[in-house]
Amino acid sequence: MKENKISWFIGLVLLALMFVGLYALEKALPPSTMLFTILKKGVIYALIAVSMNLLNGFTGLFSLGQAGFMVIGAYTYAILTIPVNMRAMIYQYYDGGVVQFALPAIVGLLCAGLVAAFFAFLVGLPVLRLKSDYLAIATLGFAEIIRAFIQYEGLGPLTNGSNLLRRFPSFTGILYPFAAVAICVAVIVLLIHSTYGRALKAIRDDETAAEAMGINLFFHKQFSFVTSSFFAGIGGALLAMYQGSIQAATFKSAMTYEILLIVVIGGMGSITGSIIASFLFVASSEWWLRFLDNEMFIGAFKMPLLRSGFRMVVFSVIIMAVVLLYRRGIMGDKEFNLRRITQHLTGKKGVRHDG
Amino acid sequence: MMAERERMLELTDITMQFGGVVAVNNLSMHIDRGEIVALIGPNGAGKTTAFNCVTGVYKPTNGQVRYRGGLIVSNHPTGKMKNMYAGVNADKYQEVVEHTPDKITKLGVARTFQNIRLFKTQTAFENVLIATHLHRTSNPFTATFRLNFREERRMRELALEMLSVVGLADVRDELATSLPYGKQRRLEIARALATKPQLLLLDEPAAGMNPQETDDLGQFIVEIKNQFDLTVFLIEHHMDLVMDISDRIYVIDFGKLIAHGLPQEVQDNPDVITAYLGVEDDEPA
Repeated sequence: MKENKISWFIGLVLLALMFVGLYALEKALPPSTMLFTILKKGVIYALIAVSMNLLNGFTGLFSLGQAGFMVIGAYTYAILTIPVNMRAMIYQYYDGGVVQFALPAIVGLLCAGLVAAFFAFLVGLPVLRLKSDYLAIATLGFAEIIRAFIQYEGLGPLTNGSNLLRRFPSFTGILYPFAAVAICVAVIVLLIHSTYGRALKAIRDDETAAEAMGINLFFHKQFSFVTSSFFAGIGGALLAMYQGSIQAATFKSAMTYEILLIVVIGGMGSITGSIIASFLFVASSEWWLRFLDNEMFIGAFKMPLLRSGFRMVVFSVIIMAVVLLYRRGIMGDKEFNLRRITQHLTGKKGVRHDG
Repeated sequence: MMAERERMLELTDITMQFGGVVAVNNLSMHIDRGEIVALIGPNGAGKTTAFNCVTGVYKPTNGQVRYRGGLIVSNHPTGKMKNMYAGVNADKYQEVVEHTPDKITKLGVARTFQNIRLFKTQTAFENVLIATHLHRTSNPFTATFRLNFREERRMRELALEMLSVVGLADVRDELATSLPYGKQRRLEIARALATKPQLLLLDEPAAGMNPQETDDLGQFIVEIKNQFDLTVFLIEHHMDLVMDISDRIYVIDFGKLIAHGLPQEVQDNPDVITAYLGVEDDEPA
């Protein structure tokens, strides 16, 4: 118990240090630095990946509906927070739209999660009775339907049809998304270590045994699905803030696959794995490999292969290599753990105490 | 003598038919409070299927199960099964009662599995801890924000106590699947006990054990029965164990009850000997 408290304390101190570091970084570097773009997008993807990991890695439900819940979250946030005086301009084809009020950003963010969770609840009722691949197909179908539905002309006064939504409140610095994500991830971590989290892991390990131990499968699956979607919705809203404008057409199933890739590379069932992988993913897809897309000359010699699109080829090869080398992801189902690292360094094998 | 005791479990006309195959045929039996009752029979006789009908894993084609007087399972042949049904009393149980396994466990019926089903990625302690989840009073919100810390502490204490009861407190932090076979079996029993059952269903607890271990297990079952005031329903192949600890024995073969009674009676029953040893013409007489 005591040791547990110490590691909590160390964790909090590290978190505080991280925020101080981010603040210093923000002061030191010009705001247009690529690093900030990566950090912002990376941390938002981290939240969405962790929310997906809660479902796929910790509960063992293979769902591919994440983009669907993100688009719900993004649209809920945008619709509720666009300032009233902007609405006439943005909803120009729909007489200014039906919503004629604007909520504060933080309330909009919460509503984004709640609406996504509500949809998850409705979708979960029939869909969670399915297993493995069938569940994946059903949730994927839902995500596609919701994306098409939002663009439906008849819903125009609410969603602006297939036109952009923009001018909703956004963040400028990097501290805002980091703080929001830190709170959300902390809640997910607390949940996973609670008695409900243990029940979810039991369902993942053996459904029959879990049920025989008195765990109501449907309730716990539904709970996991709704919670995961709640945070996916918040993640979607944060992504909307990051982008500054949203359009349903961009929330394709490819987005779900990106998140799934992060979860798999980071390790199914590892929170820290998902976080590390999402920063690596965003950084290498948007930044580190950029040079591969540009033609490059060394003297008069033109580097072969380098042209627009080559980046994705290299990126795919790297992903294949990572998956082959780390079968169970970078972290497996382990967590980044200070105690284990010190044990590793000092060569001592300590005994775990959970009590 | 038995009549004064509370009837813990009562199966009437339980029939489980998969397509044309009748796995359990018209099985009626009962278990009184405080008894150790064994269900035996050759391989494939339908013992585990009968267990699964009681615990809600399967929905029997016909028949009823009562637990402490309350109906927990009741069904009659419907749909396609109406024409295929090969058992008796097809119209007797019109009421349909169907509980999921978790609900039946909550009522006080815990079980172990024939082919050990521990939670693979969890330690021995965590395996038992999970089984304390069903008596929670917390909801997801209070549990997440640790407003249930007192209950959480009680859960951990109970889990540790159950581990000590089965003698596994020293391996609490080992991965469940890394334990030797016999300890895994005990861990399953600890996990079942942590659900605070009144009726404990053991599905071949001595499978794969040597005679010494089997002997210890028999003593252990009697000990926990007395300590926790349990009633035990046992499926077993090891005759020595069954004869040693059972108060009464039911014998089934090809899904049908062929004998029941005290251990000695069953042992001398010609039908049972036939079922186990086989004769040229193995039609049960």
